[in-house]
Amino acid sequence: MNPLVAVQGLAVARGGLRALEGVSFTLSAGQALVLRGPNGIGKTTLLRCLAGLQPVIEGDIAAAPESHAYAGHLDGLKPALTVTENLRFWASVFGQGGVGDAIARMNLGPLAARPAHMLSAGQKRRLGLARLLVTGRPVWLLDEPTVSLDSASVALFADVLRGHLAAGGAAVIATHIDLGLPEAQLLDLAPFRAGPTRRGTRAAGFNEAFA
Amino acid sequence: MIALLMRDLRLATRAGGGFGLALAFFLIVVSLVPFGIGPQGGTLSLIAPGILWVGALLSCLLSLDRIFALDHEDGSLDLIATSPLPLEGVVAIKSLAHWLTTGLPLVLAAPVFGLLLHLPGQAYGTLMLSLLIGTPALSMLGAFGAAVTVGLRRGGLLLSLLVLPLYIPTLIFGAEAVRRSVAGGAIATPLVFQAAITLGVLALVPFAAAGALRINLR
Repeated sequence: MNPLVAVQGLAVARGGLRALEGVSFTLSAGQALVLRGPNGIGKTTLLRCLAGLQPVIEGDIAAAPESHAYAGHLDGLKPALTVTENLRFWASVFGQGGVGDAIARMNLGPLAARPAHMLSAGQKRRLGLARLLVTGRPVWLLDEPTVSLDSASVALFADVLRGHLAAGGAAVIATHIDLGLPEAQLLDLAPFRAGPTRRGTRAAGFNEAFA
Repeated sequence: MIALLMRDLRLATRAGGGFGLALAFFLIVVSLVPFGIGPQGGTLSLIAPGILWVGALLSCLLSLDRIFALDHEDGSLDLIATSPLPLEGVVAIKSLAHWLTTGLPLVLAAPVFGLLLHLPGQAYGTLMLSLLIGTPALSMLGAFGAAVTVGLRRGGLLLSLLVLPLYIPTLIFGAEAVRRSVAGGAIATPLVFQAAITLGVLALVPFAAAGALRINLR
């Protein structure tokens, strides 16, 4: 089977400094990859690189175009819009249909008509994660998806994630807590930490000065 | 695309969206001028074209930083950038939403403001026409400034410094058209120049602004 994502010798930089070097992995349908590593090692940078938000310094990312859905630290919610309006906006941006299924699966039904500014932090996160379900994209790039979720919601999200994988999706997850996905592969990023700053590796090019 | 336009319009008209802010600001600027200059009709109608256009520029400026800054703060901009929408289209749509909520109300309310400044009767049509032609360029250039300064803390002031010089050509031809119409001259030339500026801006700026956004999102 063709992998959904194949990463070869990837180097990423944050603020003009290389964070990670030589990262390689492949991800096929139905697989999840959990990124581990201490704070500041470059998990977020790696995910943003995979999402196409940051330039690749070195190496190669092979993935079908427009196959990924990114969920970062921020949920991208508009406080003045209701839960349903927020989701419906993203559904139409990604050319998908109804949002009822996503609302039900993330247990947002009782909150559907509530403006997003009246949600708690955990409820906002659940709404942010429900957005993934309306993108219809196979590869989910998740940056700390369980922040501010209670344990019931973490279990709920793990179920949703498992459903996504069973339906032929894949996920790259940066997280510090155990999602209850024993089948997920672990990738510890510590060995890929970029070496001590050498001349020539410091600035990754003119454009990076503006990064 | 249409979803994005509808969302921006809905956000602008809901509580805290700032709809009407530009209009109220325009009203205040225009009503301050007679206090400062004195109520003589002759003087006022002489400077009315310039004041009306400068007022339109300033009130347009007021809501520019909202075009991208809010979406950047709550993370939507990252998500939009990874969505199927091309960023150039996003810039165009967001400028259109800005124009519909700022520029268009200014065009429609301009006769009232003209009245406050003793603008002679024959110039009202030209005033509205020149604003209608010129304000889309203001929104689009503003979107460029907003894209360049997105992510900067308190980038609003820098945005004004960047954008106001770019407004000069539109201001010159817009005010000139109204002035000519007050004096009873031919208005076609300045309006054609103004239309050319607007069309050029609409054609080129979305690409520049999308490039700036891409760099700022890194």
